[in-house]
This record gives sequence, structure tokens and C-alpha cells, in this order.
Amino acid sequence: MSHAAADWTRGEPGLAYQECRACGQRWTFARRFCPACGATEVETRAASGRGTVHALTTVARAPSAALRPHAPYTILLVDAAEGYRLMAHGEGDLAIGDPVTAHFAPFGEGLIPVFRKDVP
Amino acid sequence: MSWITGVGLTPFGRLEGRSTLDLMSEAATEALASAGLERRAIDGVICGYSTTLPHLMLSTVFCEHFGLAPAYAHAVQLGGATGFAMVMLAHLLVGAGAAERILVVAGENRLTGQSRDSAVQTLAQVGHPVYEVPLGPTIPAYYGLVASRYVHEHGAPPEDLAELAVLMRANAARHPGAHLREPVTAAEVLASKPIATPLRLLDCCPVSDGGAAVVVARDPGRGGVRITGAAQAHTHQHVSAAPSLTRFGAGDSSARALAQAGRTLGEIGYAGIYDSFTITLAILLEEIGLAPRGGAGRLAREGHFAPGGPMPLNTHGGLLSYGHCGVGGAMAHLAEAWRQMRGEAGDRQGRVPAVALLHGDGGVLSSHVSLVLEQAA
Ligand SMILES: [Zn+2]
Repeated sequence: MSHAAADWTRGEPGLAYQECRACGQRWTFARRFCPACGATEVETRAASGRGTVHALTTVARAPSAALRPHAPYTILLVDAAEGYRLMAHGEGDLAIGDPVTAHFAPFGEGLIPVFRKDVP
Repeated sequence: MSWITGVGLTPFGRLEGRSTLDLMSEAATEALASAGLERRAIDGVICGYSTTLPHLMLSTVFCEHFGLAPAYAHAVQLGGATGFAMVMLAHLLVGAGAAERILVVAGENRLTGQSRDSAVQTLAQVGHPVYEVPLGPTIPAYYGLVASRYVHEHGAPPEDLAELAVLMRANAARHPGAHLREPVTAAEVLASKPIATPLRLLDCCPVSDGGAAVVVARDPGRGGVRITGAAQAHTHQHVSAAPSLTRFGAGDSSARALAQAGRTLGEIGYAGIYDSFTITLAILLEEIGLAPRGGAGRLAREGHFAPGGPMPLNTHGGLLSYGHCGVGGAMAHLAEAWRQMRGEAGDRQGRVPAVALLHGDGGVLSSHVSLVLEQAA
């Protein structure tokens, strides 16, 4: 499993996903094999950061005292242009179906992806 | 074939000074009395988990405390689906001849046994530790995501979902053991404070203390209710990995449970459906086929799910108002269905149903368990 792509879950400003060389399946949660076919020829790739809002919610009550100053914040499920889905934050006025692009911002103890609506 | 021969259900709410083991014991004592059994008649014990009493071997901790020495015992963990999963397992074990009479028991002082922050944090771990939890989601946020998609696809107005909260509160008002008994209106639900859009405070179940237990046996005892169908479906764990936010495993699970029982939806006379949030209840009712897509709230407003209506639903008030103490939460749905089927639901009694359908979910609509209960032929 290569770590060529920048990955926010390791503190780097980038979105990574995995693709199976055998069947073409793409997914978010890193692992050493393909969850669709079991092949171990798995490639970790850098995503473009572009996608579409699939679902969204604005959290008024944060789960911990450390995150409370950040509330309210918006959590999204984004369908990435590369064909996988991820959870991220959203910024500004967003609706389901909006085209969005990621940047990276500090939140809690790390760096997280935050999506903004694309300006047409 | 198995029978539910006794049930025990404590009041839910703020029960100061009661521990997990106290609440499990109270429910177990009532279930044994209800079944007319002495402790020594129990040869199997299945329990759930408790966030206030995490233990590697909760079943034997309970057995030692309560005074049981069964031939079979262990715990089950499946989030909100645990209660019905335990009953399904007891049904299968009894059918396989592994035990004669199994005590299925749950209890937790989830409200008074820990701080609110600690409860919220524990439950938020339902999220993926690397890809979700660092983003600060909460359980209501996972369901808020699902609700946003539901509203988008079905165009159901928020006042429709609110009707489900109104109904559960009206039902709870008739149950002396319910956590929240003050009636609410749809306007009050819509005016309650936002938690995770579009969900507001009154769209969410409370955190309660409480316990519940049932006896599942090979013989009918003093007039038990039969379990004639039981099935599960598991499609994902984390909401990010859900194959769909509008189709889950409930349709598959309930259809297989009904087929096993040789029953159709049209024969169901009572429904006990998991209702951690109004959106959970709407999605489950619709996916099972007890309401058209996007129409659960509208049917509730029209009285379809009222105790005297065509499909009485969670007549004890559900998780939304009877309360939610963890594993025991869904078992309260089962205790109420059992009482309705025996005509013992008092002020809440509707027409005695011949067939009832129960459905629970765990995670973020990730794990599904359906049970079909029937009167003795
Ligand atoms: Zn593959």
C-alpha cells in the first residue's frame, strides 16, 4: 500500500482514495485489499478535490467540549469526481447537488477537508 | 418454534442510584414472575452491553449477581439492533435444542451513570475513527445526513416527520413508566432547538435509565406468544460506506421474516418499529412497506398509526418518548407488543392483534433485525 498521495487523515492537505487494479473498484477507507473482489493489487491515489454534495447536516451540538467552540459546523457526504464517497465539512450556503471543491483547514486536533461551492 | 413466555420492563427515565446490574435484575425479576418461573428453570442467558458497565463478560457478571448458573450464556453487541438480535438468537437456540428457557436481559443507567458529554462521545464512536470521528459528527448528525437525503428525494415537509414525535408522545402519555409524558404538538417539535439539521431536539429520543427482559422458551408456558419469523440484514457500518442513503436493509430483513412466518404485511395488526429519531421511524416504516415512500408522517397525522387505528405503532411511546436506555430500548417495543397480543395493555389496548411485526436497526441504519410474533393457533 503506497502513501504517494497527500492524505488529510495523516495531517497532509490532500484527499486520497484507493482503487483496485483487478476490478476497478474505488473506495475511501484505506485497506490492503479490495473490498469488492479481494485482490491485493491496490493503488492509493490523490483525488482532485472536486465533487458533488450528496447529503448535509449542520451540527448545533458538538460531541465534545473541545469541539464546542467550532459549532455550528456543517458535515457533508460528498460524491467525489473520482467516483467514491467521503465525509467532510462544508462551508457557506450549500444544498444537495451543489458542485464543490475541497480546501483544508485545522479542526480539533488535525487538518480536515472543507468543501466550498464552486463559483460558476 | 419458540415462545415468549414472560416480559419485564422497568419504567424508563431518571432513575437515580440504580446501576446497570440493578436495572437488569429488576427487569429479569419481573420477566421471571411474568413467566411463572423460578431462577433454576432458566438454562440460558443472553444479555447485551452497557456503556456504563463495560465488561468482557457481562453475561456471567449478571448471572453471578442475579444468582443463575445457566448451561449457556454470553453477550451480544449490535448497537440498537441488539435487543431483537438477542431474541432472534434465543429463538434459534431454543429451536436447535441448545436450551429450554432463555432469559434475554438488558439494562443500563445511561442517563445518570455518566455525564452527557461522555454519553455523546461514546455513542459518536459509531463513526469511523479515522475518516469520520475527527470531523466532529454526532449520532444525530449521521441521521441528519440521512434525513437531508430523505427530504430531498421525497419532498416530505418537516411537519410530517414531526407528526411521528407527536404520536409517540401521545402514546407515552398513557404509559405510567414512560420517560417523557407531556404531550407535544407538531409546532412545538418544529420550534424545538436544532440539533443536527433537519433534526431538532424533539426529533431525537432521550437518553434514559431502564431495563427490559424476556423469557424465550421451547414450551408455551402460561399462554405465550410465538416467534414465527426472524431475519437480519447488514449492509454497512459507517454512513460514509452505506450503499444508499434511501434504501437500507429493512425491506430485505422484514420480507424474509414475513416469508418465514408465511405471513404478508396485510396480516400485521401491530407494529413495533425502532424510532431513535423521527427519520429512523419514517424510513423503516416506508422501507418495510407499512407506509408509502415519503408518507409515514402524513399517515401518522391521519391517525393510521394511532392505538385505535388500522396499524397501532409503539403504543408505549417508543424510544422517542418511553425512552432509550441502550439495549433495553428496543426490548420495550417487544414488551409492549407482547402485552397488546395478550390484551394486557390497559388504557393503551387496541384490538388484540393476531400477528405483530417488530423491527430494529443498529448503527446508521446499518444492521437490521425483524421479528414476527403470533398468537397461539
Ligand atoms: Zn477489486
